[in-house]
Amino acid sequence: MHQSSLFGLNWEFMAKYLPWYVDAAKLTVTIAFWGILLSLAVGMICAVIRYYRVPVLNRIAACYIELSRNTPLLVQLFFLYFGLPKLGIVLSAESCAIVGLAFLGGSYMAEALRSGLESIEKSQIESAQSLGMGKLLTMQEVILPQALAVSVPGICANMIFLIKETSVVSGIALADLMYVTKDLIGLYYETDEALLMLVIAYLILLLPVSVAASVLERRLRYGRFGN
Amino acid sequence: MEETIQLQVSGLIKKFGEDTVLNGIDLSVRQGEVVVVLGPSGCGKSTLLRCMNGLETPTAGTILLDGEPISAGDRNITRQRQKIGMVFQSYDLFPHKTILDNVTLAPRKVLKRPKAEAEADAQRLLERVGLWEKRNAYPRELSGGQKQRVAIVRALCMNPEVMLFDEVTAALDPEMVREVLDVMLELARQGMTMVIVTHEMRFARAIADRVVFLDGGVIVEQSPPEIFFTNPRTQRARDFLQTFTYENRRP
Amino acid sequence: MAGSGINVLFMGKNFLRLLEGLWVTMRISLVSVVLSIPLGILFGMFLTLKNPLSRALGRVYLECIRIMPQLVLLFIAYFGVTRAFGWNLSAELSAVIVFTLWGTAEMGDLVRGALVSIPAHQYDSAAALGMNRGQTFLWVILPQTLRRLVPLTINLTTRMIKTTSLVVLIGITEVLKVGKQIIDANRFDYPTAALWVYGVIFLLYFLACWPISSLAKKLEQRWR
Repeated sequence: MHQSSLFGLNWEFMAKYLPWYVDAAKLTVTIAFWGILLSLAVGMICAVIRYYRVPVLNRIAACYIELSRNTPLLVQLFFLYFGLPKLGIVLSAESCAIVGLAFLGGSYMAEALRSGLESIEKSQIESAQSLGMGKLLTMQEVILPQALAVSVPGICANMIFLIKETSVVSGIALADLMYVTKDLIGLYYETDEALLMLVIAYLILLLPVSVAASVLERRLRYGRFGN
Repeated sequence: MEETIQLQVSGLIKKFGEDTVLNGIDLSVRQGEVVVVLGPSGCGKSTLLRCMNGLETPTAGTILLDGEPISAGDRNITRQRQKIGMVFQSYDLFPHKTILDNVTLAPRKVLKRPKAEAEADAQRLLERVGLWEKRNAYPRELSGGQKQRVAIVRALCMNPEVMLFDEVTAALDPEMVREVLDVMLELARQGMTMVIVTHEMRFARAIADRVVFLDGGVIVEQSPPEIFFTNPRTQRARDFLQTFTYENRRP
Repeated sequence: MAGSGINVLFMGKNFLRLLEGLWVTMRISLVSVVLSIPLGILFGMFLTLKNPLSRALGRVYLECIRIMPQLVLLFIAYFGVTRAFGWNLSAELSAVIVFTLWGTAEMGDLVRGALVSIPAHQYDSAAALGMNRGQTFLWVILPQTLRRLVPLTINLTTRMIKTTSLVVLIGITEVLKVGKQIIDANRFDYPTAALWVYGVIFLLYFLACWPISSLAKKLEQRWR
């Protein structure tokens, strides 16, 4: 025990293993960054397909969204990481984590973006059309900018959700924050210290995003728009 | 005056499911003519206007602009619409763009006109409706009447041959109606071809070259305004006009 | 002999074992949901109190639970609490505690949202009709709140089911763990077993959650 040290915590231990957490946090950030970026791309494609009710593709997108929303990320990752190689599709653990996060996040982003698209009144589209604007131009200049503003709170909430979800990638042996923590607990029994560093690491990752999201949301709500 | 038919509607039928909203409309609008379409609500006036701009696909019949057909879903509809300006009851300015961007968007992106040129046009037109100072404001900062005047300018910036007005003062507070109607009177004086749906009877009388009275999806009566408002030829038109007066109502 | 991995599922009691494994997480989520609903309703009403102190306390609890990944909460309960207080919590009990704490926070926020979404003029109109506060709540507010709440609560259940899949990471033998045991036991005879076992687990979760979330969606549309 380290009764002599401040708050009864072993600060020496924490200082020693801090670099582990820094590396783990970097991995978490990398996975979250690419996962979110891909989610947005997948989500945008699905949202537009659903919005225009593109035949065939609309059904496929709807099926994907149901599959993705009704299964846990951990199970998706196990299938990607342990199952797919048996079909000859071998991905590194890190790629699996990113693909998995995109598979999960794509559907959430699609729903957020679609609700934004559908919030745009038909009369906005008609007035663009009556000015002689074509479909693409109307989407690009009139629908999308307004829809994105409506979707921002949903997109932000999804980003936070996805960053939190990265915590399960330790399940496919990626040395993320959870993995490091479990390791330290198992190796040295410095449970309090390991858990404290874990919590602080996630706070550092999530608090700024969360605060930025609520500021952005408030600014959008009282901000520029409104007819 | 030269009698050029600019807009020609023939045999227009529009059904929504079982509901026949327009039942065989024939109407020609000459160049420079101001046609006011009147009728009780639900008579199909707005649908007629929306068909003229290709926002609705007619069930049957044709609409020709300068002898060329207009039909929704057609590839040339975008090109045809550039020649017809339309102003809606709910103004529908683009809330995320400034006033100047609202009025120059289509000229720049659709007609590919240079920015400076589009803005010079916009300035001329915005000054005419007294709103050039508001060019950097967003629509939410404007009153309803101002927004509607901007909406008219936005349509005019495309240099349309015909302007359609769909109850443009219906959503406005009474004290703002005048400023919008004045802009339209000015346009009429300059010889713009206009089709107007309105409930402002006195305005209709002042601006119209011809009144078209629509009821139950058909044209019941077409007359010059002096005749329509003083001595309508049909009973239905008389009943309709009666609903706008309060004389002799009290016992 | 290396056969097709799909046969593994039909060998012995393998499929049944998977279902039993799934039941472990289902049981945890069901117990947590059943506990979360009444606690969440109370917490939600607590959140709407006018008292600024209670409101602040409620928000702090809500935000603390919300900002942390559920897996972190699970680690704290399983590894941390056991050590700090000397309680020897079983993994399953710590899971139920964590998911109930989380479910209460989420449910509370849903209840709060439903309560504040009722516009003030609803209270005014009821008062204008001569209803007292109790009658207003019972006949005007409650039915409208429930309409909003029921689909959201059903959705919370599917979220709970999905989230409880995490318990494998604190060593509970549930469906993923059972799957791994089956795969390991048949490593040489059926090398492709992993594809089929994890594929089936994926489908099992889908079959568990999809009907529930479809029901929620239907109710939401009908009651809008």
